[in-house]
Amino acid sequence: MIKQIQTIAFYTLMEALRNRLMWLVVLVALTGIGLSGFLGEIAITESRQVQVALLAAFLRFSSVFLIATFVVTSMVRELNDKGLELVLSLPLPRAGYLLGKLAGFAALAIVPALLFGLLTLFFTPHTQAALWTISLIGELWIVAAFSLLCVLSFNQSMTALSAVMAFYLLSRSIAALLLIGKGTSGANTISQQAINFILDIIAALLPRLDNFTSTEWLVYHSGTWAALLPLLAQTGIYLALLSGAALFDLYRKNL
Amino acid sequence: MRERPISTVPKSALLLLTLGLSLQLVWHAGQPQHLAQAEDLPPAPSLSALKIISFGEPIALAKALMLYLQAFDNQPGLRIPFHKLDYNRVEVWLGRILELDSPGQYPLLAASRLYGEVTDETRQRQMHNFIYQRFFDDPNHRWPWLAYVAVTSKHQLHDLPLARKYAQAIRLNATGNEVPHWAKQMEIFILEDLNELESAKVLIGGLLESGQISDGHELRFLERRLQEMETKAKTK
Repeated sequence: MIKQIQTIAFYTLMEALRNRLMWLVVLVALTGIGLSGFLGEIAITESRQVQVALLAAFLRFSSVFLIATFVVTSMVRELNDKGLELVLSLPLPRAGYLLGKLAGFAALAIVPALLFGLLTLFFTPHTQAALWTISLIGELWIVAAFSLLCVLSFNQSMTALSAVMAFYLLSRSIAALLLIGKGTSGANTISQQAINFILDIIAALLPRLDNFTSTEWLVYHSGTWAALLPLLAQTGIYLALLSGAALFDLYRKNL
Repeated sequence: MRERPISTVPKSALLLLTLGLSLQLVWHAGQPQHLAQAEDLPPAPSLSALKIISFGEPIALAKALMLYLQAFDNQPGLRIPFHKLDYNRVEVWLGRILELDSPGQYPLLAASRLYGEVTDETRQRQMHNFIYQRFFDDPNHRWPWLAYVAVTSKHQLHDLPLARKYAQAIRLNATGNEVPHWAKQMEIFILEDLNELESAKVLIGGLLESGQISDGHELRFLERRLQEMETKAKTK
């Protein structure tokens, strides 16, 4: 099955590379440099910090948006063209197809992460740029896997993309929401407790993406390899969870 | 996929495109210019709200908010003098930005060298007090701003006790190894009989020598300020 996974991954990656996605990635990089450079020029002090903070945030959100959009649109097209039925009519287990697709999208995610990571080298030490890039790869892998799960569940671009964006933004802000919920003074009512309980459950199911790809590493050079380990562990755990969910969905699908 | 030549497009479609583009340009040209009205600075959102909308990027949001706040003295068609701004709101904005990005020094620079340079003494004192209050959160990194307002308090507010209070706070609290020796002895420097320009030169020179200022934009900004002070001193 490894060979089949490799073949599917290869063609998934080729599709992306032939799809002018790379031009879009380069365009995002140029826009980021231009925009952050302009804003950095306005700053009276900490101009380099302003530039790198805004560039990093822009690149991070853009790369997530690009990967999620590509995964969703590519998979929806394949579903509409009956490509999935065609591939699964071959002697290939459904798991092989899914893991091949995941591997292809994971390989694709490395491309913008590496390019954007190289850009940050102009502003920050190598180690910090490397930490940021590796963390971005992990973040993009989670987003790609979640996008794949959403497409298999919803079969529609609009719904899948909306779900991915909601998941991403919630994963980035759940820590702040929890803090606010627990920090509300004097509000120990039943409704408040119920809301906090629901938030706790949501938080337990979401990856802590606010810890990933920290801009602080690039601005204040505070990143360490030790800080990366929990992020890699979280990536591995969440990829296993999402793959399991996607497999569950795919095997139950009546084609 | 190669596209068909333009000649295959119906003339009516080309006409519609040209007409639409022309109308848009005419419409835009006919729009009234932005009126030069001083837009009030809106109240700063709560820290909780800012943390949520930062989506895990508090530092990037803080830097962007600082540029947004700074832009309030330079709106389209109008440069609003700082003293026309609501300083209570400005103070809350600066505080929020510092809370989002506590190692950042930009809000303190803005408080001391932009908003604290107004001719209105009440507002100037408000900004000085803001810097004094925030100094205690991180004295070893925030002392340059308190040193600056100590000098300003002496020469612009002519309030020597206040200047000494600030200098004493530096001596007692900024005790880290990274704080230069001369800064720890700010009180002596405040008591010396130097005029404002000389004091500013000594302070900026000391900051440059100790590597506290390295940003090119800040250096140019300080050079401009020194030149302005020199011109002011000559005309007196």
